[in-house]
Amino acid sequence: MKARIYVTLKPSVLDPQGKAIHHAVETIGFRAIQDVRQGKYFEVTLDGALSRDEARAEVERMARDVLANPVIEEYRVELDSNSDA
Amino acid sequence: MKFGVVVFPGSNCDHDTYHVISKVIGQPVDFIWHRESAVGEYDAIILPGGFSYGDYLRTGAIARFSPVMGAVKAFASRGGLVLGICNGFQILCEAGLLPGALMRNASLKFICGHINIRVETDDTPFTSRCRKGDVLSVPIAHGDGNYFCDSATLAELQRENRVIFRYSDANGAITEAANPNGSLDNIAGICNRPRNVLGLMPHPERASEELLGSSDGRVVFYSLADTLAELAKAS
Repeated sequence: MKARIYVTLKPSVLDPQGKAIHHAVETIGFRAIQDVRQGKYFEVTLDGALSRDEARAEVERMARDVLANPVIEEYRVELDSNSDA
Repeated sequence: MKFGVVVFPGSNCDHDTYHVISKVIGQPVDFIWHRESAVGEYDAIILPGGFSYGDYLRTGAIARFSPVMGAVKAFASRGGLVLGICNGFQILCEAGLLPGALMRNASLKFICGHINIRVETDDTPFTSRCRKGDVLSVPIAHGDGNYFCDSATLAELQRENRVIFRYSDANGAITEAANPNGSLDNIAGICNRPRNVLGLMPHPERASEELLGSSDGRVVFYSLADTLAELAKAS
């Protein structure tokens, strides 16, 4: 089973990297981009014997304890919809 | 008294720190490899600067899972003195020994150079030889030194007098221009509530001998040694 984890800065936290990217794309002619926020993306492969609930619990714990820093970041977990477990 | 300097894969200020303690302060010191699971024989532990685990994931995020960090946490909870410098500060925040996080510098640039910090209190084992308001010229060298915490934590740090160093100009004025990295409230260093764990982004060990342009930083190590000497006398 596969899981996708998106780690993003909390809305209240400034993102200078996103701002720099926004500024750069504006300079090369992108006019419609209103805001850019940069984050991190993880693909995780899980033991196929896990149930969906177990897999979700495992990945949520990993995201909370390791992949995201709760002081500045939040996370979102997606389980692969093709998994049949 | 015995100091321990933890060595993670990617630490690169471990030898500078060791040198200052052994040659400038003149106290016994050992390196502690990150796989050690006990630090009981030491009186003060220093997490040095560097790029532990290549700064993968986030600065300090992987180092906090090193076996030695379990021992350092236990050591700190018994009141042991722990100093985190630069990457060491980042690791202490990731490990939950200090509140907040060190984010990418607001300028997005890696900054390397001498700056000034103002000592906000002498009421710590790390600044007991200072006077409140002293200005120290010490170098910084980091890409992620932008201190951030939520407003409740900031209020708590201020109320409990736990902001120990703030970026200032040479006269000790706390200004936006003197803030090199966008840190909240010009914060350069903080301590925990019991005041035995301190983290700071600047490098006092790189400013402990006149030959290097400033010896202002050595007061931190002298303060630590004073504290340990007093503790030894008392016991």
